[in-house]
Amino acid sequence: MAVTVRIPTALRRVTQGQGEVTVEASNIAQLIDALEKEFPGMKERLVDENGEIRKFVNFFVNDEDIRFLQGKDTPLKDGDVVAIIPAIAGGNK
Amino acid sequence: MAKVKGLKCKECGAEYPVEPIHVCEFCFGPLEIVYDYQEIKKNISREKIEKGPKSLWRYIDLLPVENPTVGLSAGFTPLIKAENLGKLLGLNNLYIKDDSVNHPTLSFKDRVVSVALSKAKEFGFDTAACASTGNLANSVAAHAASAGMNCYVFIPSNLETNKIIGSLVFNPVVVAVDGNYDDVNRLSSEIANEFGWAFVNINVRPFYSEGSKTLAFEVAEQLGWRIPDTVVAPLASGSLYTKIWKGFNELIEVGLVEGKPPRMLGAQAEGCSPIYQALKEGRDFIKPVKPNTIAKSIAIGNPADGPYAVKVAKESKGDIQIATDEEIIEGIKLLAKTEGIFTETAGGTTIAVLKKFAEAGIIHKDEVVVAYITGNGYKTMEVLEGKLEKPIHIKPSLIEFKEKVIGKNVKVGG
Repeated sequence: MAVTVRIPTALRRVTQGQGEVTVEASNIAQLIDALEKEFPGMKERLVDENGEIRKFVNFFVNDEDIRFLQGKDTPLKDGDVVAIIPAIAGGNK
Repeated sequence: MAKVKGLKCKECGAEYPVEPIHVCEFCFGPLEIVYDYQEIKKNISREKIEKGPKSLWRYIDLLPVENPTVGLSAGFTPLIKAENLGKLLGLNNLYIKDDSVNHPTLSFKDRVVSVALSKAKEFGFDTAACASTGNLANSVAAHAASAGMNCYVFIPSNLETNKIIGSLVFNPVVVAVDGNYDDVNRLSSEIANEFGWAFVNINVRPFYSEGSKTLAFEVAEQLGWRIPDTVVAPLASGSLYTKIWKGFNELIEVGLVEGKPPRMLGAQAEGCSPIYQALKEGRDFIKPVKPNTIAKSIAIGNPADGPYAVKVAKESKGDIQIATDEEIIEGIKLLAKTEGIFTETAGGTTIAVLKKFAEAGIIHKDEVVVAYITGNGYKTMEVLEGKLEKPIHIKPSLIEFKEKVIGKNVKVGG
């Protein structure tokens, strides 16, 4: 499955400045491995020593947070857009 | 020697120079300002602060700005001894920190935006932007106008009408996004990646959030340089709550006050309470929720500073409680009828939770307690529609006035 991945500023040093890359993956876990293969150093930034997605890393598949889907097992299909986004906030407080 | 040493990741400790960045490249943790407290201690004193401007800038020694140019009259809002509400709740030393009258846009956001945009000007930005539930958009739009900056604000499209008008009047570009605040936030984060703007709560966030510390500084000074025993504050992203805690700790660190930092009590709306849930379930991470509450200004389902807020609640031996929509409305009405202060839903949440803690005996009657009121009720009046007494309609007739208003048996002049 060819999936488009949008890369945040904080990771663009790893992707040599690319803000959008395409990888083959059929779920988020595979996507992380595919990114690591192409851009070494990516995986350790996205997952912790136990293999869990870091608490300040957000994955969105077609604009939905994967924590509302199936987490790392969230399936991907051709043409999906995955955005990696650092935790940010604002609102009132 | 500079007061600010640099930026540091709150998670892994990686250090960065002072730049408009907010996320660690190694672990995605949030970045925070590192101060040289030894150096600050040499320069700071109560006397110096008391002679300073009557704004939050009197605390510039503890803010990450060299040359304030934006928001010069923000902060220094009243601290009110709430005798009536205190009596009702059985609290002898209850105070209200009233940021509903902050300058110029009537919420605590005027503090953080003053700091963020003063810093943005130092960095050389010409465009200000934000993702907002309303109050922040109002404040960024107003300050950008006075600072001569271009301005883009991104809001959820279902916001209260008055909050939208309260941004539009300053003539920014207002982008109403179909989705909730978390959707707006995500989109804004992606836009911030592409455009070189000062997004106050994204790339300028480490500087922006420091402005909330002044809520602690002012309260301590207004109490005669002492720290309250307990504070009650609302939680949305968790930033304000953690920065109030940090502010009190800094005052101790640089020797301006003695004693220990306060117990931190927090308030969330039941319809959006991911931080409360994490604390209750003993988690150090946040499970995002889809908000469903009238308290839109604190409806953040994926709060970035949530894990730190949980930590502060535990460290300070504090707690977090929730209020239903009905309790929030009652909280707004209670503060208005006892203290003559009209707050918005976030303030209603805080008062509702204050009441719960007081009634449960968690707050002792002689403790010095400060409740933080962060926004103004005149911005979200629609939430009270149908919840208040109606005006009594009469013809311009004295007889009708006596009959319908005073009651049939009352004599004129009596």
